[in-house]
Amino acid sequence: MQKKISTIPFNGTAQQEAKLREMIAQYKDDPGAVMHVLQEAQEIYGYLPIEVQTIIAEELNVPLEEVYGVSTFYAQFSLSPKGKYNISVCLGTACYVKGAAQILEKASEILGIDAEECTADSTFSLTACRCIGACGLAPVLTVNDEVYGRLTADEVPAIIEKYQS
Amino acid sequence: MYRSTVLVCGGTGCTSSHSEEIIEALNTQLADKGLDKEVNVVKTGCFGLCALGPIMIVYPEGSFYSMVKVDDIPEIVEEHLLKGRIVTRLLYQETVDKEDNTIKSLNETAFYKKQRRTALRNCGVINPAVIDEYIAMNGYEALGKCVTEMTPEDVVNEIKESGLRGRGGGGFPTGLKWAFAQAQPKGVKYVCCNADEGDPGAFMDRSILEGDPHALLEAMAIAGYAIGSEQGYIYVRAEYPIAVERLQIALKQAREYGLLGKNIFGSDFSFDIELRLGAGAFVCGEETALMTSIEGKRGEPRPRPPFPAVKGLFGKPTILNNVETYANIPQIILNGASWFNSVGTEKSKGTKVFALGGKIKHTGLVEVPMGTTLREIVDDIGGGVPDGRKFKAAQTGGPSGGCIPAEHFDIPIDYDNLISIGSMMGSGGLIVMDDTNCMVDIAKFFLEFTVDESCGKCTPCRLGTKRLLEKLNKITSGNATMADLDELEELCYYIKENSLCGLGQTAPNPVLSTLHYFRDEYIAHVVDKKCPAGVCKSLLQYNVDADKCRGCTACARVCPTGAISGKVKEAHVIDHSKCIKCGACMEKCKFDAISKS
Repeated sequence: MQKKISTIPFNGTAQQEAKLREMIAQYKDDPGAVMHVLQEAQEIYGYLPIEVQTIIAEELNVPLEEVYGVSTFYAQFSLSPKGKYNISVCLGTACYVKGAAQILEKASEILGIDAEECTADSTFSLTACRCIGACGLAPVLTVNDEVYGRLTADEVPAIIEKYQS
Repeated sequence: MYRSTVLVCGGTGCTSSHSEEIIEALNTQLADKGLDKEVNVVKTGCFGLCALGPIMIVYPEGSFYSMVKVDDIPEIVEEHLLKGRIVTRLLYQETVDKEDNTIKSLNETAFYKKQRRTALRNCGVINPAVIDEYIAMNGYEALGKCVTEMTPEDVVNEIKESGLRGRGGGGFPTGLKWAFAQAQPKGVKYVCCNADEGDPGAFMDRSILEGDPHALLEAMAIAGYAIGSEQGYIYVRAEYPIAVERLQIALKQAREYGLLGKNIFGSDFSFDIELRLGAGAFVCGEETALMTSIEGKRGEPRPRPPFPAVKGLFGKPTILNNVETYANIPQIILNGASWFNSVGTEKSKGTKVFALGGKIKHTGLVEVPMGTTLREIVDDIGGGVPDGRKFKAAQTGGPSGGCIPAEHFDIPIDYDNLISIGSMMGSGGLIVMDDTNCMVDIAKFFLEFTVDESCGKCTPCRLGTKRLLEKLNKITSGNATMADLDELEELCYYIKENSLCGLGQTAPNPVLSTLHYFRDEYIAHVVDKKCPAGVCKSLLQYNVDADKCRGCTACARVCPTGAISGKVKEAHVIDHSKCIKCGACMEKCKFDAISKS
């Protein structure tokens, strides 16, 4: 999958970096640590800017190319920051046949951004995700950890409004 | 001793509709009334009937409350749990006998009647976070039996004889796989579990992980004993947070009880399991790709042979099975191979879990004997297609499978029958589509998925799927000719024959099966430039019915491109050269005067 790479400048804190280095040290001798380290690094920063990947490569003593290869391979890794509220529209099959495409289109129209993008004020980001397994509630979208199910496109504006302010 | 037990579903579906809050409300209100010593609230795994979530069952009565809201809890506590009067209004109405107002057992309802639960036997029955509840259901007895009474050869033979085939999609005989790994020279070997359910619209593995995690741990330990391995890995989707958490709890408890770790049951057999989180790559469902991913690398497949049973994870002999396959193992050991293979068809034994989704009344999880017909699953168990719509097709096997049309409604479902009609079992997702779903659009949906998920290692898959998608786009935008249909088909066969792994080899199936069964729909797009289901936007045309239009101007005001014109109180018209087919006018019209065709 083509990853959207953020153009927003990196502004990680010294505190985050200390946490990152401490975490990497734990897994240093673990074979196959790259994926795990990237997962935890994404927890710390919310995404994986190239600056963070460089630190990981140096500390684990693997080529940056390998780290970048892994981070761009898996859907879970994001190379652009997420908004304060990440709206994730499920595009699994069960949701799709029940109109998930219209839900995504509506959210995209309201926020003025495409999927995998973040609004300029970093309040919202939009993701098209694969099945989250709540097929009984299809079609589904999530805002951070909150799940909204059995949706129609008309209900999307009210949901987004709840988080605007 | 509690006088009543309330089971509340804590699966992903019900949690998403706030079952956690229901449990909280129950606990506080029971405590307020001093009933917390008399009534036990248990958070279980998935009951299967996700469409009616959140779900709770009160025992000993067996009252099945569906679509419960937090606001309903005071009434249920006050009336049912305190005074013993069942709140019939809130019950799943199918369990209420309308004539004499008595309550039927859940097993008599259409949804559960034809089911036979083996892999799901404990889901929705026990609290998955308490190992004692699993042990009370004969848990870990099969492992004990293997380690103390059976030789590794006995175990493999039992599994072979049972006829169990891999539930992850391929349908390879599980016993045979184990026998290959067992035959390898002694040394480091691995037991892996594929819990990376990547097939969109399938959630059977997740339900087992959430509802009965110990069954998986027990089965993996049995596999370890059978092939001579001391280390297992579960590769689980990071998108399944509840499943990951319950697995962690289960692992911890199993270690504390000495059911994992050194010298299990006092024998010299030792076995432990580690979790590895997947990061979202469909190709990791392919066994060699999954192992590469456990090694922390890009999950790209590699050519076979060597097969994983000879050279797998970290270059060592490895067996890999999926969650549902493992969930059957303890039952086979306890009840015997002949118990297991008495159910099913000639070449497909036992039961299969299906995730029903899409245009069906009872979305959820069902487990039925192999050989059950599609009609029984969709109409009897699933309750049919809602809103008076017509069944058009059922999709099985996800992006690797195909669509089964109504003409095959009575085919007994098993591995071989599905392949003979151009689909496949896959992991068991079963998505129902009605006449408002466009089959070309569905084929396009799956191709978009495979284009995204193709790992890029081999050319036929990386470029071929992209070209397929371009052709489909050409068709749905009304720019294709009949020659394109022939080229589309030819390309499908080329990709199938030349791709490296299962992903590429099966990626054209959604196109081929829809082309086979719904060719007229493709032709309608190509020749008549029409989408019969009214889905493909470029081929739609919105029109105003002059007889129904009152000239209220609502549509003209809402049109973003000014394509609608007309005088007040006179019929309006749409200028098709300006219309962008957003459908806003149709939504706005109060008189039903605008239609799409």
